[in-house]
Amino acid sequence: MSKPADVTDGSFEAEVLKSDKPVLVDFWAPWCGPCRMVAPVVEELAEEYDGKVKFLKLNTDDEINTAAKYGIRSIPTLLMFKGGEAVDQIIGFRPKGDLKKTIEKALA
Amino acid sequence: MARQEYEIVIIGGGPAGLAAGLYAARARRKTVLLEKGVIGGQISLTELVENYPGIPSINGFDLAQAMLKQAESYGMETQFVETKALEQDGKAWLVRTAEDEYLARAVIVTAGADYNKLGVPGEERLTGRGVSYCATCDAAFFKGQHVAVVGGGDAAMDEGLFTTRHVDKISVIHRRDRLRASAILQERAFANPKMEFVWNTVVTEILGEEAVTGVRLRNRETGEDSGLDVAAVFIFIGQHPNTDFLRGLVPTDEGGHAVVNDWMETERPGLYVAGDARRNSARQVVSSAGDGATAAIAAEHYLSNNFAA
Repeated sequence: MSKPADVTDGSFEAEVLKSDKPVLVDFWAPWCGPCRMVAPVVEELAEEYDGKVKFLKLNTDDEINTAAKYGIRSIPTLLMFKGGEAVDQIIGFRPKGDLKKTIEKALA
Repeated sequence: MARQEYEIVIIGGGPAGLAAGLYAARARRKTVLLEKGVIGGQISLTELVENYPGIPSINGFDLAQAMLKQAESYGMETQFVETKALEQDGKAWLVRTAEDEYLARAVIVTAGADYNKLGVPGEERLTGRGVSYCATCDAAFFKGQHVAVVGGGDAAMDEGLFTTRHVDKISVIHRRDRLRASAILQERAFANPKMEFVWNTVVTEILGEEAVTGVRLRNRETGEDSGLDVAAVFIFIGQHPNTDFLRGLVPTDEGGHAVVNDWMETERPGLYVAGDARRNSARQVVSSAGDGATAAIAAEHYLSNNFAA
């Protein structure tokens, strides 16, 4: 139902920048161990914040333009978007509580 | 604040904790493993583990997941919380996290170690912007570029060799005049045409505004300063044990490693420390797993002898 969908270079503007809700984008790649730990946590958050926040994931191997545009040089990185701007970031694996704080801040 | 009760609480989900959990769960003890970050700990960032007997070569994250699955199949529970404090409570132990409390009859501390930082200007500001402690995570962002690896141990060579798949050139910056890495990794590193070695040299500053553009270096012999243009700095300069919450409870060595006996027992009944957090650990996956098993067997004896079934 609310599992994070993939976002691409092509769909980024429509899905993220023009979204009327805050968007959390999970920058990941298949070869990155810690990314595989972040994914299930992000899935749980997507359930909890269903309808309030949009959750998307972006494969940095395939969607290199967007990853480069936002200066991603370390994954996992979670970027929080609000009104077309990246307003917050989390680099590396962090416990769920930390992620929630970032989301709550964007919702405030 | 909710209080949960267990027979055995394990603090830390690396190989030591996962092995302890396997043994504790197979002893049919009600066991929970508390992990603050990633299951596997340091090995979750290791591209290839090639020295775990019986397994010729495996990705570190995958090995950790296999260990977790095995322990959970016998009933071990896992919770992702960070331990803040540990206190003796009569005959039991109280483990405090930010949210909850865990009451345990025995506690096995397998909290491992975290990587050291250089502590130079630019490091903190540029973390995730070219400063990295995980080459397997981040090397791919520097395709075709020149990067630096700082350190001369196994981690530095292993991660450096992995990084050569992506980058054009690696400068290994090492404070001594020879590597500390195991012979086989040294052989591979010296044979790799993409790796060059800058000996007797330390990093004094990491440069760059939005992203890393270079490092400032100092030769420890001559005192000469120099610069090197690199797009990334991968730092592997050892580790420190996560034993803050043991302070005052058990003696530690200068580095903060807990002093235990051959059974991983501390001076406190029911409290065990195993793996990289203890003094004289060999700091290998296999030795840590062995430590964890030893601690769990000792804890099982302790529970049998001191608590009615």
